[in-house]
Amino acid sequence: MFVLILAFGCVAAVLPALAARIGRGVFYVAAAVPAAAFIWGVGAYGQIADSGPLIEQAAWVPQLGLTLGLRFDGFAFLMLSLVAGIGVLVFIYAGSYFHAEPIIGRFAATLLLFSGSMVGLVLADNLLALFLFWELTSITSYLLISIEDEKTAARSGAMQALLITGMGGLAMLGGFVLLGEAAGTYSMAELLARPPSGAVVNVALVLVLIGAFTKSAQVPFHSWLPRAMNAPTPVSSYLHSATMVTAGVYLVARFTPAFADYSLWRPLVISFGLASMLIGAYRSLRQHDLKLLLAYGTISQLGLMMLLFGVGTKESIFAGCTLLLAHGIFKAALFMLVGIIDHQSKTRDLRKLDRLGAQWPVVAAAAGVVAASMAGIPPLFGFIAKEEALGALGETGFAWGVPVLIGVVIGSSFTVAYSARFVWGAFGPRPVSMIPHQGSVRNEAVGQQVPKPSKMFLAPVVVLAALTLLFGLFPSLIDPVIARAYASLVGVRAEDHLALWPGFTQALALSAVAIGAGFALFWWRLRVEKLQDSMPKVASAQRGYDRTVKGLLEGADAVTGFVQHGSLPIYLGVILLTMIVLPGVPLLSDGVMPDLWFADSPMQVVVGFIMIVCACAAAVARRRFAAVLLVGAVGYGMAALFVIQGAPDLAITQLLIETLGVGVFVLAFRHLPADFVRPKFRRSQGAQIAIALLAGVFVFLFTLFAIGARTEPSISGEYLDKAYSEAGGNNVVNVIVVDFRGFDTMGEIVVLAVAALGVAALVRAKRSPAEVEP
Amino acid sequence: MSFFSALIVAVLFSVGVYLLLQRTLSRIILGLALMGHSANLLLMVVGGRAGKAPIVGAFGPEDTVADPLPQALALTAIVISFGVISFLLAIAYRSWVLTQNDEVEDDVEDARIAQLGEAEMRRWWSRPR
Repeated sequence: MFVLILAFGCVAAVLPALAARIGRGVFYVAAAVPAAAFIWGVGAYGQIADSGPLIEQAAWVPQLGLTLGLRFDGFAFLMLSLVAGIGVLVFIYAGSYFHAEPIIGRFAATLLLFSGSMVGLVLADNLLALFLFWELTSITSYLLISIEDEKTAARSGAMQALLITGMGGLAMLGGFVLLGEAAGTYSMAELLARPPSGAVVNVALVLVLIGAFTKSAQVPFHSWLPRAMNAPTPVSSYLHSATMVTAGVYLVARFTPAFADYSLWRPLVISFGLASMLIGAYRSLRQHDLKLLLAYGTISQLGLMMLLFGVGTKESIFAGCTLLLAHGIFKAALFMLVGIIDHQSKTRDLRKLDRLGAQWPVVAAAAGVVAASMAGIPPLFGFIAKEEALGALGETGFAWGVPVLIGVVIGSSFTVAYSARFVWGAFGPRPVSMIPHQGSVRNEAVGQQVPKPSKMFLAPVVVLAALTLLFGLFPSLIDPVIARAYASLVGVRAEDHLALWPGFTQALALSAVAIGAGFALFWWRLRVEKLQDSMPKVASAQRGYDRTVKGLLEGADAVTGFVQHGSLPIYLGVILLTMIVLPGVPLLSDGVMPDLWFADSPMQVVVGFIMIVCACAAAVARRRFAAVLLVGAVGYGMAALFVIQGAPDLAITQLLIETLGVGVFVLAFRHLPADFVRPKFRRSQGAQIAIALLAGVFVFLFTLFAIGARTEPSISGEYLDKAYSEAGGNNVVNVIVVDFRGFDTMGEIVVLAVAALGVAALVRAKRSPAEVEP
Repeated sequence: MSFFSALIVAVLFSVGVYLLLQRTLSRIILGLALMGHSANLLLMVVGGRAGKAPIVGAFGPEDTVADPLPQALALTAIVISFGVISFLLAIAYRSWVLTQNDEVEDDVEDARIAQLGEAEMRRWWSRPR
């Protein structure tokens, strides 16, 4: 399995170079990789039937106990076949969608990387590995949406997708860590087999659900999905309908058997799912851009899948698996159809498209089949999935079962209406919508003399349409796959079986109601539009996102303006206060007072007193040279203190340096006015004195506590013993400086040399007229 | 260790901080010089008690010897702080040559950002809710 995932990356790496040679043939090369993955999956599917899930493990970061575990079971096969199967078709489709654009190498490589990340996501067993692949899909999605980077809308749409899914991904990581720590394992299989309990698990589940909801574009995080429609259509067809957006559903499906009975799980998943289903479908009815219509439809369908898995009964999980596959098939095909229309006629506005069906009977027929599958019309696979869903929701046994079921039936009728709107809008006569055109866009009809799409372009759609018909007519073909996916989630064999004709059931009646109501909605579509227009405008998620981003930027500006005021004294004051407060607090609580005596010798008191007086005088001196001389006096006092301490070398050095230092001060200041400028702001003086006093108190305490903190004798006994015998010097300090710690001295010399170079350059630089001129 | 040496360290540092917070460049540099003295003295004070100079032959087996290691550290620190001060003085001199001004002005760019930020803040609070 590792080899499989790596193969995606390796082939992707050579695609850009290959694209320069063979142009769009690169897509067919790329298609071979998901095809290989699909074939591998089918082979491995046979194995897991006999011997249970395939598991591969590799040490990832052994020091942290991280293992990268991959696990292939029935549900992983269902997802893998979606990802790889649709992947092959999308690559073939992209081969006709693109011409010889310069981006195709980059595009094919990124799309293949996405494909590999998605395969990794569905195979990952370790939660952290899952997170890694999850983020990889977000990043590749970002790159794919913004692949035509000269378009502003593409760039901002990509950013929005990345921000929202990235935010959710971080929340999810937090949830994973909490779960992993609570359970003591990061292996998903082990975690789900023995789910942890406690309050922390509820928090973790909410975080994980935020990740799943953002990824699967659930209300109110859905705004990125319509914006992501700025991507080229192969991307929309692959990432934003069939695979990546189902990652959240995938996660919920994995978790639901273990966690459905936790207090927050069902209320959250069901309410968010139902809201997404209804709002997505309702908004879809208003769209005149075919692609946006499908995008809102996707939000709606994802909501239904969320809801089904979230309910967590055996029947609903079975229905969820069925819908996952059915949706992948018909939605990918629908997006591909939009791409074909857009590509051939240069528009995807259903107010312009006029009687395309008359010219393109094959396309129109395929569109009819897949849209009918989406609407849940027999005898298609979508119908079977919807029957399963309605059946499962009809027998949950929960008190909220009935309202949820009614909601789903309403959502289904919307689905029927927008499916009809899609087909009629694209292929039928006008008018389908009365939504006014904006700006200078003219309401001209497009539909005559549109060139026919090539056979290769159409082939993937036809394959998918055939599949949805085949699985609808002969559900026993796909039934074992769904049953195995279900069994690997729930742990028991499926009792349900897919059937085209389940007999006269409640579900069938509800289906009929939904279809009838849906067609009614479509029939009176112009009235429905008017009604929607008259509705009060509620908060839109897009506006919420825009406000949030704007607020963040403005807030950042305001904070920057507040803290970055431009005044050096204020900056220094803040830094010093931080220095005082942060170490000061633990110092006061944990410090150890040493044994104290007043002074080492009377001389120390005398010298120290003189130094203190000089320093204070330097602080208040108004004349520049007075201040310099006073600071110099403090320096000479230092030398005297060193002598008392028993450090003659230091005393000598200090004397020399201080003499030199005063000389340098005088040289530098000789041109400056004799007096300091009087400070302009008297009121800041109080704060300065306060900070200075605080710093003094802090350093005083720090010094005492630092002395008290000594627990071991000094290591310099060794130096004293070996100075003469090993380094041949009597003066131990000298020996340390030039011999034992010679490299330190080397560094010191380098610092001095650099400083000297800088000083020389600064002093010798000419006055630059350009800089001095006002 | 003696209370009085800690007091000297603290006063030197405190005065250094006060000078550092001024707007006159020369006083800032003087403040840094004082803070350097304070730090060097701190090394000595923390290093151990006073004693005979650590020179082989200058002390007997019974004598307390001053710890040579902090002395070596302080020696390096004295020289380095001299290098830093000289460099700062050169900058101060250069700044005087170019602008005839010894004051540290507010950063113009920062002030502009602050103005923008204040405007944002005002708009934020005055926004109707």
